[in-house]
Order: sequence, then structure tokens, then C-alpha cells
Amino acid sequence: MGVGIEVTGLNAWYGSTHTLHDIGLHIAANRATALIGPSGCGKSTFVRCLNRMHETNPIARVTGSVKMGDIDIYSGISPVAIRRRVGMVFQRPNPFPTMSIYDNVASGLRLNGYRNRRSLDEIVEHSLKQAALFDEVKDDLKKKSGASLSGGQQQRLCIARALAVDPEVLLMDEPASALDPISTSKIEDLIFQLKSQYTIVIVTHNMQQAARVAEETGFFLNGKLVEFAATTKIFTNPSDKRTEDYITGRFG
Amino acid sequence: MPHAVSAEGGSEPPSPFLSPIRIFLNSRGDAALTDRVFAGLMLLSALSIFAIVIFILRQLIGSSQLSLHAFGWHFFFRSAWDPVSGDFGALPFIYGTVVSSLLALIIAVPLAVGTAVFITEMCPRFLRQPLSFLTELLAAIPSVVYGLWAIFVLLPLLRDRVNPVLIKTLGWTGFFSGYNLGNGMLAAGVILAIMILPLISSITREVMTAVPSNQREAALALGATRWEMIRVGVLRNARIGIVGGVILGLGRALGETMAVAMVIGNTPHISKSLLDSGYSMASVIANEFAEASDDMYRSALIEIGLALFIVTILVNGLARLLVWAVTRGAPARAH
Amino acid sequence: MASTAPRPYQNEDRRRGLRIFQSHFVTGLAVLATVLVVAPLVAIFGYLLFKGASSLTWAFFTQIPKPVGEVGGGMGNAILGSGIILGIGSVIGVPIGIAAGIYLAEFGRGTKLANAVRFTADVLNGVPSIVVGMSVYALIVMREKHFSAWSGGVALGIMMIPTITRTTEEMLLLVPHPIREAALGLGLPNWRSVLSITLPTASAGIITGCMLAFARVAGETAPLIFTAFGNAFWSHRLDQPIAALPLQIYIYAISPYDDWHRLAWAGALVLIVLIVISVALVRYAAGRAVLKGAG
Repeated sequence: MGVGIEVTGLNAWYGSTHTLHDIGLHIAANRATALIGPSGCGKSTFVRCLNRMHETNPIARVTGSVKMGDIDIYSGISPVAIRRRVGMVFQRPNPFPTMSIYDNVASGLRLNGYRNRRSLDEIVEHSLKQAALFDEVKDDLKKKSGASLSGGQQQRLCIARALAVDPEVLLMDEPASALDPISTSKIEDLIFQLKSQYTIVIVTHNMQQAARVAEETGFFLNGKLVEFAATTKIFTNPSDKRTEDYITGRFG
Repeated sequence: MPHAVSAEGGSEPPSPFLSPIRIFLNSRGDAALTDRVFAGLMLLSALSIFAIVIFILRQLIGSSQLSLHAFGWHFFFRSAWDPVSGDFGALPFIYGTVVSSLLALIIAVPLAVGTAVFITEMCPRFLRQPLSFLTELLAAIPSVVYGLWAIFVLLPLLRDRVNPVLIKTLGWTGFFSGYNLGNGMLAAGVILAIMILPLISSITREVMTAVPSNQREAALALGATRWEMIRVGVLRNARIGIVGGVILGLGRALGETMAVAMVIGNTPHISKSLLDSGYSMASVIANEFAEASDDMYRSALIEIGLALFIVTILVNGLARLLVWAVTRGAPARAH
Repeated sequence: MASTAPRPYQNEDRRRGLRIFQSHFVTGLAVLATVLVVAPLVAIFGYLLFKGASSLTWAFFTQIPKPVGEVGGGMGNAILGSGIILGIGSVIGVPIGIAAGIYLAEFGRGTKLANAVRFTADVLNGVPSIVVGMSVYALIVMREKHFSAWSGGVALGIMMIPTITRTTEEMLLLVPHPIREAALGLGLPNWRSVLSITLPTASAGIITGCMLAFARVAGETAPLIFTAFGNAFWSHRLDQPIAALPLQIYIYAISPYDDWHRLAWAGALVLIVLIVISVALVRYAAGRAVLKGAG
């Protein structure tokens, strides 16, 4: 099961540039929540604050509170521990090139010290099934390298890799934007099926995708959260004019 | 809350809240200490680069104290070299190093730039890789192999074919007179030229490829011939980097030891004629250090080594700055 | 009719002819330069092959030099000695060099300290090897009062460090950033990410960089003249003088004996073959590393 995320007063900087202004929202557990907005609006930065990836950049800074379940991820816990509980899928598929499919999926566990061979086999198979990739690769698990798959398959491999560590939250930063339409729809189907088990936050610039996949949607503009509501409301009856302008295509 | 999308349950039952995987991962430490230790080890290794420089300076300064105190600065302006009486002066070696290196530059720079221009701008595509592979090989040949080849091929060639011509045509200048044994300053200059050529050529190629192609296109659009395009569009922009490459070549020539020791003749005197034998800083150390019997002798040689170290550091530092200034920001493309 | 007045652009036409000629002339010069550059290489390699190949007998690799006047013998002890010295040098140079490269690429990227380290490493690569040999002599040989194999190894190891540092850094920088992000995103600590993900991804390039450094110091004579010193017999003791291939080549080359000259050519051929293989491998692996990283 996933957990809910409560964000209060989140601010973020890159060096002296103030990229996120006072973000506050509640992401419900076991749902998919979409974040939309024009390029550079801060939605990717926001998502990277949820697993403390933002601060891997030496000039980055974050203030505010992000409560995952009942733990504030910015108080006292190490980022490494947080990232073990929050999975991330990136815009461009990034499987580890020197590892086989099996090793890729197992990497999150193995490299954190997991030794049980038989159990790993089961976990890898289960994760690949969850990512709807198992049938396509089941004969080549240890023989093919992660990088030898097609783009869409690579992205599903990355999803399997993220799922193998059984995260409570799954963050997806424009996971289908580098993929062809068929792979995109496969990934959207995936999100459908996964959200009952995990809390999913998906960043997308594709509004139709948000409408298809998420229960709630947040609209970001210039580093601020303009509106956050049920997806149907955002797309049919937004409260803020800026949201309406974006939805109807007046900018972005 | 109204749902725009209905949540279809997955085919598997949801995993228990604290699955064994989560329990396992939560029990792992955050490795903060390991991270710090690791980062510290890497930092120490990087600092070893500085440690090497300091180490060399310390050893050389420390072990040349005798000679430093005995001769002071005059060491570098005197022409003595008499181990028996303990009288040492490094001028002949400085002269030999400088002259052979300058000679090498005069020969090598036009050839290196010419080759670089050919490979970068004129060469048919299929030749490019093999040619650059060949120049890379030239750069990798050890000094002693160059010296071996020079003794048995270059020296006889110079002695029998080249030097007589030089004596006949240019002997009146005074630079080509005296005994013609084949070895000497000219031989050292030639073998040095061959050795530094690939270095200058590859740096020239690197800075030439760093010049953006719009410079070339602009020149061509104005009606320039190919040579004019190269001269104005490429070489002019790459000037500084080429100078840097030349200085790097100079730095290499100054410190080149074995090949020079094998052809320069090894006599510590200063002579105007390039056919006369001489001595260089690096080769006197190579030749005489192992037999240096007393402390003053050794100390004098180490002092020469110290001077060589400082000079090459300065020359190479300057050269690297120049090359960096030109190629910085421009991605280094594979040759 | 303007039959007597000069045609428009007539002067420019004449000058254009001259300019085109100049361009072709320079092209010819450039070709000439290239030929003059390639010729010595072909000459050297061809000559080596010609003089040295016939001496590459089994005896060459397994025997030590015979006393002066006797024909035959080999450079077996020098090859072994080089192997030992290079082994010591690699044990010192490879770990420190790779670690320093990791620092430059993973920890210190963009910092002033890293820039200073990189600059110093580049400058060190241009320092004459004989100076390094002298320093090691002052540190070890003078103190121990005898030449030794391990002092030679230390000298070569010191020379390997700046080279390997730079090549390791360059190869690590080729690893695409998303790979590192994926590793961190999985909750791997930094040291794990570097050692188990980033380093293996760049491993092909790093290994070939080490090979290049290895081949380069394998041919170095000057730093060994007063550290390892050379030895006419089989020796594997680390605290005694030891023979080395380039050193032996030098001694034989400047000797007055024809048979020793023959051995010198053979030894030089062995060195050259080693180097050609290394350079070729490096170029091949570098090409593939670029392709892999871009995938």
C-alpha cells in the first residue's frame, strides 16, 4: 500500500534562483496525481523534492516540510533512506548499460545488500510482470543487457527496477514523453493497474494523459501551485483563470 | 471525491503494508560514515598530485644544497665541468638544451602545422583515421628506440648525405663547420624534431577542430580559396592554441633525455657549429649520474635536474594555459 | 564598343588566378609535410622489423645476455625485470590514479581544487622522467645505499599517477548523468553508486587509459638509470638492482659490440609491438565507449 504525502510551505532554490514558492498540497494515498504546467514551471523540481533528489545538485536548497505517512522527510532522516522508500522513473529511460535485465531490476535490492538468491528471482519476475514486461523478456533475463531493449521496453524496465524495492510512493517525471504512442499507452495502462498498490505522482505536459490517468491534478505556473483539484474539475471547470488559459491552450 | 478515472484494481492482492522488502531496506543504514570515508579517500588521492610536486621539489632542493651553496647563481653562467677538481658550471648544458630545442622547433613546427592542416582540412575522409593513428603511434615510441634508430640510421645519413651538403653551401655562416662525425647538435635537433612533431600536430589539430564551422563557411561564402579559408577562418582563430601546442613541444624537447644522450656527442663545450658535439641538461644527468662518485658532483647534477624541473613546469604550465584558453568550452572531438 | 577599355574585374581575375595557385601550392606543402612526418615512422618501424625480427628467437626471451664476445643470449632477464618493475609501478599508480580521477569527476567537479589538481596533473605529465628518477633516487636509493627494483617501481608508479588520473576523469565524465540519477534514485549511497554503477559503466575506457599509461612507462629508460640500475643476470629480488628492457636497449645501443646491437634491435621491436597493440586497443575501446555511453 502507498502512503499519502502532505506538503507544506515548500520552497526551493537553485543557487540564488527561487524556483518553488510556498507549495502546499495533499497527495492522496493509492491514487495517481498528475502535475501539469508549461515548461520551466517547476513541476519537475517539485517532484524531485519529494525524494530529495533536488539536493543532489550542490547549489540546490530546500525549505519547508514534506510528510510522507507520518514522517517529515526533511527532518533528521538521511536522503538515502528516503530514496529507498520512494521510487523514481525519469523522462528518458536510463537502465544501467553494463547490467543484464535481471541485474537491472535486482540492482536496487542487491546493491543495498540483499542476498537471498531465490527470493530475488521471485521479486524480479514479479516486478517485471507488474511492469508488463515479463512476457517479452522472460527468456533473456540474464543474457540481454538493459540497454539493448527498445525505448518503450527500457522505460518499463526502469519501472520494474523502481518497483522491485517496493516503494511507498512512485514518482514519474514525464515517463512517456520520449516514447512512441504505443509505448505511451502501455505505460498509461500500467499506471492504471499500479495505483491501487502505490501512491503515484506523475508529471506530464500532456493534458490528455493527466485526464486519462489521474484522479487529482495540480497546475503549476512559474514555481507556484496555482490550482489543485480533482482532474475532472481542473479540465472542465477550473477555478483560476490561469488554469483555464493553460488548459485551453492560450499559452504553454 | 468524483473520479475522472475509475480505479481498476490490479490482478494481485495489494502487498502488506510492511512487506519483507520494506522491512529489509528500512533496516539498512544510510552509510553516512562510509560515504565520508570514501569521499575522503578520493580526496586524498587527488591531493597526491600536489604531493608529488612537493616531493620532487623537496628531494631536489635538499640534495643539491652542496652545489647551491658552493656556486650560487653563477652555477648557471659558468662553463666549467671538472669532476676531478670539483669545479662545476652548467652553462654548456643550458646552451645545448636551448639550442637543440630551438632547432627542433624550427624544423618541427612548420611540418607539424602542415600535417595538422592537411589532416583536418584537406585530407580525404578515409585517410583521416589511419593518419591520426600513425601520428599517435609516433608520439608513443619510447625515447630509447628513437635513440637507437638515430645512432644507426640517422647519424650515418647526416654524416654521409646531409652534412657535407650543408658544409658546402652554408659553411660560410660558421654554423656548419668543423669535424663531421654525424652526431652533435644538429643530430639532436633533428631527432628531437621528430619526437615533438606528433605532439604539436595533435594539439594543433585539436584547436583547429575546436574552431566552429561557421567561421569556415563565412570565409568560403566571401569567395575565399581553400588556403585563404584555412588561413583566415581557422588558423587565425586557433592561433593562440597553436602557440600553446608549440610551447608544449618546446617543453617536451627541453626534457627529452635518452635520444639526445645517444646522439649529441656528450662533450660539455659551447660551439657555434651545429655539427659539433655538445651536451644537454638531461643527458649529462643520464650519462654521469650513476658514476658520480662524490657528493659535490652529485649535488651539481641534482641542481641541474632542479633547474630542468622548474623550467619544464613553467613552460608546460604556460602552454597548458594557452591551450585551455582556446579549447575551453568547445567539446573535444575524436580525431 | 569598349574594345580598348579594360574589362570589368580584369585585375581581380588575374589576382584570382594567383590566389588559386597559392591555394594549390599550400595544399602541396601540406601533403609534403604529412609525407615527411609519416616517413620516419614507416622508416623506424620498418627498420626495426628488418633488423630485429630475425633475433626474436625463443632464446631471446628466455636467456640472459652472454658475456662479451660470445654470440647469442637474450634479454629474458630484462623482460622479466621490466615486468616486475611495471607490476610495482601499477600497484602504486593505478589505484591512486583512478581514485584521483574519481575525485575529479564525481566529487570535486567544478571546484577550484579540482581545477588545480587537473592543471597540475597535466603539467606533471610534461615533466622529464629523469627528474622523477632523481627524486626517487634521493628518497630511496641514497638512503638505502643501493639500487633496487622497488625504487624503480616507485619512480614508474609516480609517473603513472597523473596520466591515469586524467584518463579516468575523462572516461567518468562520459558516463551520462541520468545513470547516476537512477542509482541515487534507488536509494544507493554515493559510494555504492560510484563503485557499482558509474565506475563499471566507464570501466572499458578506464582500463584502456591504464593500459596507455602502462605502455608509456614501459618504454621509459631515464628514471630507471639510477633506481633500478640494471642487472646482467636473472634477478627477481625487489631490494636489488634489476634489469629492464629499455635500460638494456640503451646500454647495448651505445656499446661497441655488434651482437649487442642486434639484441638492442630485437628488444626495441618487442617494445614497439607492445606499444602499437596498446595504442590500437585504446583507440578501439575509446570508440566503443563513446557509443556505449551515448546509448
